Amino acid sequence: MSFAVVVFPGSNCDRDCFHVIDKVLGQPVEYIWHRDHEIPDGIDCVIVPGGFSYGDYLRSGAVAKMSPIMDAVARFARAGGKVLGICNGFQILLEAGLLPGAMQRNTSLEFICKPVHLRCATRRTAFTGSLSEGQVLQIPIAHAEGNYFIDDDGLERLQDNAQIVFQYANAMGEVTVGANPNGSVHNIAGICNEAGNVVGMMPHPERAAESILGSVDGLALFESVLGQ
Amino acid sequence: MDVKELAIRHGLTEEEYQLVLDELGRTPTAPEVGVVSAMWSEHCSYKSSRVHLKRLPTTGPQVVQGPGENAGAVDIGDGLAAVFKMESHNHPSYIEPYQGAATGVGGILRDVFTMGARPVGNLNSLRFGAIDHERTPYLYHGVVAGIAGYGNCVGVPTVGGEVYFDPSYNGNILVNVFTVGIAEKDGIFRGVAAGIGNPIFYVGAGTGRDGIHGATMASEQFDEGSEEKRPTVQVGDPFREKLLIEACLELMRTGAIIGIQDMGAAGLTSSSVEMADRGNNGVRIQIHDIPMREEGMNAYECLLSESQERMLVVLERGREDEVARVFDKWELEWAQIGEVIDGDRFEVFEGEEQVVDLPVSLLTSSAPCYERPMKRPAYMDALTEALPEEPEDLSEALAALLASPNICSRRPIFEQFDHMVGVGTVVAPGQGDAAVLRVPGTDAALAIAVDCNPRYCYLDPYEGARLAVAECARNISCTGAKPLGTTDCMNFGDPTNPEIMWQFARAIDGMSEACLALDVPVVGGNVSLYNASSNVDIYPTPTVALVGRFEQPLQESRGYCTMAFEQAGDAVLVLGTTRVADMGGSEYLWTTTGELGARPPKLDLEAEVALQDLLRELISDGVLASAHDCSEGGLGVALVESCLASKNLLGVDLEFLDVIERADLTLFSESPSRVVVSTRWDDFDTVLEAAARAHVPASLIGKVTERSRVVWGEHLDLALGEAKDRHETGLHMLD
Repeated sequence: MSFAVVVFPGSNCDRDCFHVIDKVLGQPVEYIWHRDHEIPDGIDCVIVPGGFSYGDYLRSGAVAKMSPIMDAVARFARAGGKVLGICNGFQILLEAGLLPGAMQRNTSLEFICKPVHLRCATRRTAFTGSLSEGQVLQIPIAHAEGNYFIDDDGLERLQDNAQIVFQYANAMGEVTVGANPNGSVHNIAGICNEAGNVVGMMPHPERAAESILGSVDGLALFESVLGQ
Repeated sequence: MDVKELAIRHGLTEEEYQLVLDELGRTPTAPEVGVVSAMWSEHCSYKSSRVHLKRLPTTGPQVVQGPGENAGAVDIGDGLAAVFKMESHNHPSYIEPYQGAATGVGGILRDVFTMGARPVGNLNSLRFGAIDHERTPYLYHGVVAGIAGYGNCVGVPTVGGEVYFDPSYNGNILVNVFTVGIAEKDGIFRGVAAGIGNPIFYVGAGTGRDGIHGATMASEQFDEGSEEKRPTVQVGDPFREKLLIEACLELMRTGAIIGIQDMGAAGLTSSSVEMADRGNNGVRIQIHDIPMREEGMNAYECLLSESQERMLVVLERGREDEVARVFDKWELEWAQIGEVIDGDRFEVFEGEEQVVDLPVSLLTSSAPCYERPMKRPAYMDALTEALPEEPEDLSEALAALLASPNICSRRPIFEQFDHMVGVGTVVAPGQGDAAVLRVPGTDAALAIAVDCNPRYCYLDPYEGARLAVAECARNISCTGAKPLGTTDCMNFGDPTNPEIMWQFARAIDGMSEACLALDVPVVGGNVSLYNASSNVDIYPTPTVALVGRFEQPLQESRGYCTMAFEQAGDAVLVLGTTRVADMGGSEYLWTTTGELGARPPKLDLEAEVALQDLLRELISDGVLASAHDCSEGGLGVALVESCLASKNLLGVDLEFLDVIERADLTLFSESPSRVVVSTRWDDFDTVLEAAARAHVPASLIGKVTERSRVVWGEHLDLALGEAKDRHETGLHMLD
């Protein structure tokens, strides 16, 4: 399985994702520059990594969605290619319309970096097949704009189509107000498109992929996509 | 205004101005006055401190780059070097906390990546006024957000630091920031203008009018009108910095760079002059070629602007296209603005007109150097011993200490910092005595820490500086790493006050002695004087940051230690000696009586070295489950912190701990050279035997328990749930 990691000028988790795919999973991986117009042939999975794509001075991801590469990512996704947007990558996928909803600033108005617990809400996506529904993962977050918003109709659609992938939960997997770090609607930490091949999530699975860093729970996402 | 008056207004003294006249044999131009005053400012010239800094030890087999470059470097094995430096941004941060702190981070990052090192970790050392001072919440929130805003965006993890609140900083806060980067040992770049005729390139952001004369501002006291200096604070753009890091590292890989340096304090002036000086050459600069973001800027403004995110590069002639290729890719401005010339002149042209023609040496080696008068401070003779009353409820006394602003949890701060980006953070903030970073893709791993207890330094600057180095090295050794090198930020008051110069000189002596004993040469650093407001000086604050390396590759939970107790039934021991006389400057004394006492804790460097050697031996042998140094709040606080850091809130029963004179003093004495360690019950003899061989006093004091309480016979019974609440909410009064 071949991976590609998109690099915007201000991406800063691109190297981390590359490291995990290359060194931990031993899979072929290459970078794609944001000015490129095509996803190279033979790529099965595109990672849109975290960071501050264009400084995020406007709204996270608002400028990045206009990069040439995002048209290519959209075409790739429509053709069934697997796309994982992490943190800023998730914000970009929202801005680009590949996923529904929008991000607001965290309710604390502060950047938050800490490990959180996630409840896997569906295993039907390209990145959660190896998990079980209700499984609890410990994966860190690191963002200032992770307060996911969608209106009531939109939320109903997400629920009806099983598009909610991860919810912030406590260590027992209970989705509680106290477990919600940023004010997200319905404790949403990650969602997918209707087809399930595009997933966006605020937590960083690449930071939870080696035991020396404290958790290997994030590996399951990469292993899921490999298992297909 | 005549030129002399201009010079005086720029901070030159009458004598200094006369020196310029004598050297030049003519009246300087206005831009020349700007250049000389900036280069001769305390901030750039170290004119009051140079004579003392010479006494610091700076060499050793591990040193790859000592002082004099943009950053220092030590050998960490695997063909790699750790490149690091700490710098102060005190004055700007007091005037404009968010941008002041943010641009401090930006500046220190540039000092490190200009050496060819990719930055992998940041630390910060912050000093605010009393927690209930009216300005403290504003300054605290601004500084923390500024560090977060910049560091998070550039993608360098902020992995640790320290914060003190003390009334001595009410009118002058301290913001010291540290960066460590990793470079190939043989691939270190230097700030040198070599090769006559080589082109000089300007890369990065355009030049604006911001920050003109920031270096001069940092060389004066604050007074009532300091708020008006806000326009001299620069505005940071971390996104552009990120581009600059990537572009510079990419350009370095082409091999076309001869020398490179950040435009920091005194901007284009200091960078070009310092590069010329190191290359023993002159430089010629054309103002009209400088990328500007405002129209109509004159030579004076361009030379002294401290606009951020700019670098000066001397390139190998004939390879100019490489700059265009790389910097166009990263959408950064670039321009050839001059060349390296034969001789010793700093020449600046504005079109056809030459506006600066100065000898480089006048600005560097011939800059004034003062042996300022020194006098032992009068207050030191008035210091008196103090001791708190023995509390009726020791558990409550411990809980209160846990909530004190200088001891409580730093979670509200470090959770605002991305401390994980880079997938290198093995020991994160709040988990250990030092941050542990691995270098992904290599076997190398580092530990980094920063320390300084300003109360100790006020009581005795010499002892205080020794204690700071010892504690910082101890923090590194508590993780299992070997301390290799030091960088410092010497934050002091007004050097024209002989008592302040005495503090400075004594701190340098103490630091020298400790760095020598612990074999951690000073490879770079920074001096920040005039930290005073309306003639009230800050406590002497010689902050030190150390870098250590792990000699074996790290494996999962092996080869390094955190402070967290690991499992119930483990033995808890103390290495080192507790002396109840060591109450001076302690947090317990201060919080209970408001007194400082007469003298700081007593440090025996020989005992310190033996302790740290023993710690590293035990950790690399895998004997220890945890190690945590006793510092503010003594043994009592250290024990609770090891409990709070554990996974399931493990407790401790101190069934074997003896009372020395008084139970409270036993728990809260701040004797240095002590570490709380835990080990499997069956191994405690191994620890005691190893300690005996190393001549380190050691005693078994208790056992880790399932029950979440800290219990000490009839003296103490504190529920960890409550301890945690108090510890976690200590900074809430700032919200």
